[in-house]
Amino acid sequence: MGFPSPQPVVKPLIMKLQIQNLTVNRGEERILSDLSFSVATGEALIVSGANGAGKSTLLRALAGLLSSESGSIEIVEPEAEFAGQSVADLCHYLGGENAMKPALSVEENLQFWQDFCGQPHLDVDEALDMVGLDGLQTVPFAHLSTGQRRRIAIARLLVSYRPIWILDEPTSGLDAASEQQFAALMQAHLEDDGLIVAATHIPLGLDGARQMVLEPYAAETEE
Amino acid sequence: MKALLIRDLRLALRSGGSAATALLFFLAVVVAMPFAVGPNAELLSTIGGATLWIGALLAGLLGLERLFQIDREDGSLDQMILSPVPLPAQVFIKSFAHWLVTGLPLTLTVPIFGIFLGMNATTVSASMATLFVGTPAISFIGAVGAAVTVSLPRGGLLLSVLVLPLCIPVLIFGVGAVRAAVTEPDPFLPPFLLVTAISLFFSVLGPFAAAFALRLGLD
Repeated sequence: MGFPSPQPVVKPLIMKLQIQNLTVNRGEERILSDLSFSVATGEALIVSGANGAGKSTLLRALAGLLSSESGSIEIVEPEAEFAGQSVADLCHYLGGENAMKPALSVEENLQFWQDFCGQPHLDVDEALDMVGLDGLQTVPFAHLSTGQRRRIAIARLLVSYRPIWILDEPTSGLDAASEQQFAALMQAHLEDDGLIVAATHIPLGLDGARQMVLEPYAAETEE
Repeated sequence: MKALLIRDLRLALRSGGSAATALLFFLAVVVAMPFAVGPNAELLSTIGGATLWIGALLAGLLGLERLFQIDREDGSLDQMILSPVPLPAQVFIKSFAHWLVTGLPLTLTVPIFGIFLGMNATTVSASMATLFVGTPAISFIGAVGAAVTVSLPRGGLLLSVLVLPLCIPVLIFGVGAVRAAVTEPDPFLPPFLLVTAISLFFSVLGPFAAAFALRLGLD
């Protein structure tokens, strides 16, 4: 699969996520076949493709939630502080679900994830401010709208530090203003030596992000 | 780790949580017993320990189905699996939290329920002691069942069928110890220690088995 040449990275390379000949099955069905690519810190990779092309499967495999049939997912050339850690240790995975408890308040939810994930980054109030929801701390998560819930889930990425963000349809349910806000957050993460792999069919508004289009596996074999 | 324990306790105690449900169910079972058996106080006190144990077993099973299912549905389970904290340790914490909101409150309310069943002080204290050491086994065995059935839409029934047979030894020795406490020549300690041993054994094996099942259940 060909990419436009990567954006020049000004900062020194912290690490690179390298995927080689990745093949993933779900049950008996082959979803991804012989996929190779790499993403370095400061770079974003946008994975697009039709429904069922395997975007979510790819992201779950990257995070380590699905085991791969063959091939490798490795962190190469890591800085000393990241050496010996797996992708799971270094990533935030934002899936289709928000991973928040409806019965708990926004603050309790985010505080829990901060304590649970460790490596605190922003505190809860700051993170809520970043997603434009400061003032909702004591509101139960169940009372929020779909878009607000998604923004709280995005705030989870900010309360603990992880260099790799793996995002599955991160902007689903967000309005235009929130989408822009989130694009700015992602840009800041990239400038902060972060690394983003996101699956989406809506443009995320990221400057210089690389694109990868996944084809459904069955279509490939017909060729 | 502490965060996970506190969150699970909080969730159980909030409205719609499992703590109150389990206690009410226990109450229902214990209160129904005298009506079923009839007004024979002697018979009632004889089967009192057994009634409490059956009640505790069923109440313990009640909320187990949701132990991991809620986390799976809202995406928290993915985060738990990605966490650097070993999954068995997290399962242990969640099972322990389940015991703190079901097994422990049931044990502590036994003196009140004992009055309904016409039990004397010795039987009440023996029941409390055996339930205290025996109910953790229900939570830890149950965690395995909950993990195996996590991806099934209506796994509750299957869970009961899987977990109940494994809980039978706990029941036998638990009720046996209560009976031995009031029947003279029978010693109380051996069955009591066996119940304790079963609980300790499953507190180690259960989390590992459940964590294995949870990983297999990923899709």
